[in-house]
Amino acid sequence: MTTTNTVMPYDEALERFEPVIGLETHVELGTTSKMFCGCPTTFGAPPNTHVCPVCLALPGALPVANDKAIESTIRIGLALNCTIAEWCRFARKNYFYPDMPKNYQISQYDEPLCTNGYLDVEVDGRTVRVEIERVHLEEDTGKSTHVGGATGRIQGADYSIVDYNRAGIPLVEIVTKPVEGTDRLAPEVAKAYVTELREVMRTLGVSDVRMEEGSLRCDVNVSLMPRGSTVWGTRTETKNVNSLRSVERAVHGEIERQAAILADGGRIVQETRHFHEDTGATTPGRSKEEAQDYRYFPEPDLLPIAPTPEWVEELRSELPELPTVRRRRLQAEWGVSDLDMTAMHNADAVALVEATVLAGVPAADARKWWMGELARRANESGTSLAVLPITPEQIARVVQLVASGALNDKLARQVLEGVLAGEGSPDEVVEARGLRIVSDEGELSSIIDKVLSANADAADKVRSGKIAAVGALVGGVMKASRGKADAGRARELILEKLGVSE
Amino acid sequence: MSLTRNTAAELGALIASGEVSAVEVTQAHLDRIAEVDPQVHAFLHVAAESALEQARSIDARRAAGEELGPLAGVPIAHKDVFTTKDMPTTAGSKILEGYRPPYDATVTARLREAGLVIIGKTNLDEFAMGSSTENSAYGPTHNPWDLDRIPGGSSGGSSAAVASYQAPLSTGTDTGGSIRQPAAVTGIVGMKPTYGGSSRYGVIAFASSLDTPGPFARNVLDAALLHEAFSGHDVMDTTSIHAEVPPVVEAARRADVSGLRVGVVKEFAGEGYQPGVLARFREAVDLLESLGAKVVEVSCPSFTYALPAYYLIAPSECSSNLARFDGMRYGLRVGDDGTHSAEEVMALTRAAGFGPEVKRRIMLGTYALSSGYYDAYYGSAQKVRTLISRDFEAAFHQVDVLVSPTTPTTAFPIGERADDPMAMYLADLCTIPANLAGNAAISVPCGLAEEDGLPVGLQIMAPVLGDERCYRVGAALEKAFEDRWGGPLLKEAPSL
Amino acid sequence: MSAITRDEVAHLARLSRLALTDAELGHYAAQLDVIIGAVARVAEVATDDIPPSSHALPLTNVYRPDEARMSLTPEQALAAAPAVENDRFRVPRILGEEA
Repeated sequence: MTTTNTVMPYDEALERFEPVIGLETHVELGTTSKMFCGCPTTFGAPPNTHVCPVCLALPGALPVANDKAIESTIRIGLALNCTIAEWCRFARKNYFYPDMPKNYQISQYDEPLCTNGYLDVEVDGRTVRVEIERVHLEEDTGKSTHVGGATGRIQGADYSIVDYNRAGIPLVEIVTKPVEGTDRLAPEVAKAYVTELREVMRTLGVSDVRMEEGSLRCDVNVSLMPRGSTVWGTRTETKNVNSLRSVERAVHGEIERQAAILADGGRIVQETRHFHEDTGATTPGRSKEEAQDYRYFPEPDLLPIAPTPEWVEELRSELPELPTVRRRRLQAEWGVSDLDMTAMHNADAVALVEATVLAGVPAADARKWWMGELARRANESGTSLAVLPITPEQIARVVQLVASGALNDKLARQVLEGVLAGEGSPDEVVEARGLRIVSDEGELSSIIDKVLSANADAADKVRSGKIAAVGALVGGVMKASRGKADAGRARELILEKLGVSE
Repeated sequence: MSLTRNTAAELGALIASGEVSAVEVTQAHLDRIAEVDPQVHAFLHVAAESALEQARSIDARRAAGEELGPLAGVPIAHKDVFTTKDMPTTAGSKILEGYRPPYDATVTARLREAGLVIIGKTNLDEFAMGSSTENSAYGPTHNPWDLDRIPGGSSGGSSAAVASYQAPLSTGTDTGGSIRQPAAVTGIVGMKPTYGGSSRYGVIAFASSLDTPGPFARNVLDAALLHEAFSGHDVMDTTSIHAEVPPVVEAARRADVSGLRVGVVKEFAGEGYQPGVLARFREAVDLLESLGAKVVEVSCPSFTYALPAYYLIAPSECSSNLARFDGMRYGLRVGDDGTHSAEEVMALTRAAGFGPEVKRRIMLGTYALSSGYYDAYYGSAQKVRTLISRDFEAAFHQVDVLVSPTTPTTAFPIGERADDPMAMYLADLCTIPANLAGNAAISVPCGLAEEDGLPVGLQIMAPVLGDERCYRVGAALEKAFEDRWGGPLLKEAPSL
Repeated sequence: MSAITRDEVAHLARLSRLALTDAELGHYAAQLDVIIGAVARVAEVATDDIPPSSHALPLTNVYRPDEARMSLTPEQALAAAPAVENDRFRVPRILGEEA
């Protein structure tokens, strides 16, 4: 494939063009059974063990809709401030593909279950409202493995083998309206939207939203219009964007690519492009000889969905506290600034800080540890806070040890390091590494005596009233004790020994 | 007299009382199949061994003192569109040649639970698309009344099997008349229950919103017994109705029409109707009147649009329902020689595996659903569907049942309409409205047409879930006719 | 309504994955033309004020509880497959990604 992507540097692209973005997100629901049959949905089962006549599309089999999936979709719609349809139908989307057993997908077409909602996201200290066009329910396809050929990719493969375990897993599709006016923040808005959506799904408990396992998948639409224009350009749809960072990269990259083409007098082709996680580049999908005609029609095997207003209200009243509301509440409780709150949110630290506070730590301390030392460690190892091998309860213990005077900040950092290195609980690390502050007066006194005799000049200065010189002596004591001395007590004792009072 | 001449109710009673064994009954029918089916070709698969095994288990249960149901041990011929895990299931198509499903259709399972002995799978128009059984990939079935004529379709194997005494009962599916029309042209009883009254789970789908399993029998009571045995709510079929099975057996036994209001559908007469068919139909209406029914003429103007609406809705649904037959997971695969893509293999497989009528309907349906055509074709057809339901509703405000000839003509010669799809489609003219609106409807024999001596059927249509009215009127008419004829119509059939 | 052309039939055959011969294309074009001409009558009465019916009966809201049930064994699932490899359905090479 020859795709030489010339790009225009981002800043220049943004000077000349204004981006409009849109996102289509697919979320696999965490139901026990599939959308239209009783097959289990567990991830990673041996091939073709979670299949039955219905999801294999054997002759004569019929679908029956999963009530939990309908309920979850309505709850998602409510959480996204949507209108819930009083009556709507499933529709068949007809196209042939080997990973889709029926050769049609049961989906929804012009009658989605939820419409016209929004999700507010925070980027760079400001709130951006992303409008939701629709939320509908459909089913997932099977998974093909391509055999032969050089790359294991579909192109050049000799044949494919198909596992239908995933076929029929309920899939919720969430489509935004085009988002305008994001300007140069478009990539960040896209990322923040998916992050926020993921958090909403988690809060609702409807999906495990693991992008790496494909339970949350994203298609990104981008178009550009020249500055000053109000007419949207032709958009492309980038598929296969499977991490939060990739969402940001895909928008960024597509803006640069389209800008170069447009600046060169070229035209954007309305097409599907594939995102490559390794390079961050996109390549065009197979150009279709003819436009797809999915021949949607109402699914005759399934009855219309008509949620009663009472049921919808009941589901609404039972919704858990949603992430934005929760963040606003926590921000007030913790008394932190907008900027600090956004920073915590972006670092995925809110839940961790909250758990640490619940474990008895003052909010300021909890935030200090997670956003300071631990964020630095996560950053260094290229992971996220949530996967660091340390728990809020362990942080709470360390904070408690500092408060009781058993540790100082420096020692506390060493304890954390030990916990992260897998050396055990904070207490075990303190014990094993011998990190407790030296509070034994006898030991401290003999260290001080040694420091005083080794620094006679400084001791004389203090004796002669230059109390400021005591700092160097305390430093000497800390050094000699390898940081384990209680600096405050050392200072008192030094002054006492030198017969000086403040 | 041979056990093959008994009614199902009689056989059930004989077996229950121990006068004859289920094995004897089954063997008698297997012998009859061996004798006449080479000429009739009603069966695609005869399951002699499993049938005898099933019969033996019924006999054993009886011997053990178990109380048996009214149809236990009675043989039944099963349309080859219902899945059966112990027999091949082909839907009359080459694309499913030799296919063995891993599960039983709900109707199949209920037949087994009722102790019925499945003696084989019957021939049909490929995927139930047709009115003559000529569209079977395995060759046509012949009408026992005249072997050169069609036995109706799509359930022609099932109608011929019962009409030629190879089985006292059989199953069918009715999408546009596929039970009633074959019953009419072979002189037997065929019932299309209310849509959703019988389960579609395991019925290889033709048109999902229309397909309805139903019974064939040589008399109304037998049909009612079978109807009761396999109908009723099924959680595996969302469109099945959560309600009691209407009291069809009781109605078949009651068999009286005094005071009942009968509406004659005005639109189903005139051009295109065989004079002998209309004469027998009028005679039957007169007979109903003489039995105390109040007969009025009722107009259902939208019924004249039922045929075109059906030939848009059914092909549209089938174009999608049959997409799964692509040679990837089961059935025929053609062209997989390493040079063709999956897409090409699918197209080669479907071209080789489907017959001309199936291809025609798939393309017709694809056309009707295409963007740009949807509103004019599929969309309009769905509106006609609403109009037909409204016509039924209005009619049933005035009358209790509607009647019409089941088909415009008697059985036509094999091959006569094979190259003229439109002429073939006319065979379903009178039966389609009940499918579009979901109503119950039955066909009962009402004599032989003057000009060709072939059976004519009378259709009785009832409201949704008013199935018992079909049986009540059908049984009353049957009784009066048999009094007049001195026995069932089938007695007039040439013996095979 | 317009007459149906051979090209349209070829398009329908592609959409519905039917490899038709040239002779078949002509044959079906003629037949479909007659049938479509006849069924187009439905538009005569299908006025805007009539709601369409997709189902025979006006039922709604029938679901099943979210409970896992026994699936087929891989042997049963694969029993009728034309080709199998590593407990998966083996299919010819796929031309490209869709949807």
